[in-house]
Amino acid sequence: MIREIMVSLFLLMGGILSLIAVAGVLRMPDIFTRMHAATKVGTVGVSSITIGLMIHFGSITVISRGILVIAFFLLTAPVAAHMIARAAYRSGVSLWILTRIDEWKTHGEIEQDED
Amino acid sequence: MVEVVCHIVMLMLIVSFGAAFVRVVIGPSLPDRVVALDITATIVVALILTHCVQTGSAYYIPAAISIALLSFVGTVALALYIRKGGAS
Repeated sequence: MIREIMVSLFLLMGGILSLIAVAGVLRMPDIFTRMHAATKVGTVGVSSITIGLMIHFGSITVISRGILVIAFFLLTAPVAAHMIARAAYRSGVSLWILTRIDEWKTHGEIEQDED
Repeated sequence: MVEVVCHIVMLMLIVSFGAAFVRVVIGPSLPDRVVALDITATIVVALILTHCVQTGSAYYIPAAISIALLSFVGTVALALYIRKGGAS
C-alpha cells in the first residue's frame, strides 16, 4: 500500500512537472527563458517518473537501468542546453525586450570560431 | 490505484506532447524548434516509462535509454548546425 502511494506520488509529480515545463516553453517570451523552463523541469520530471518506476518494480535490474536513465539525463541535459544557448546567441537571436543584463555583450568578447 | 494514476499521467504527458509540438510549429527561430524537439523527446521517454509501470513489463526501458541518447545526439548536431550558420 505504501509502495503504491509512493509510486503514484512520483508519477504524478513527473506528469505535473512536464506540464509546467511545456507551459514554460509555450508562454515564456524568449528562447533563453524557454530553455530555462524546458531543461530544468523536464529533466526533473523524467527523473521522478524513473524513481516511481524503480519503486514499482523493485528488482535490481530495473533499479540499475533506472539509475542509468537518471544519470544519463543529468549528464546530457546541461550540455545540450549550453550548446543550444551558445549557438542561438551567436546566430543572433534577439533577447527579450526587457532583458536588463547582457554580460556577454558588455564584458566578454566573442572569440573567433576555430573553423 | 497505480493504474488510474498511470492513465492520468499519460494524459498529462500527451497534453504536454501536443503543446510542445505547438511550439515546434510556431517557433520564430530554429533554436526554439530545437528546444521544443528536445523536450518532446524527453516527454516520449517519460511516456515509455509510464507505460512500463502500467503494464508491469520492464522490457521497454532500453528503448527509453536509446531514445534519450538519440535525442542528445540530435540536439548536439542541430546546435552545431546552427552555430555554423545554417539557420540563415
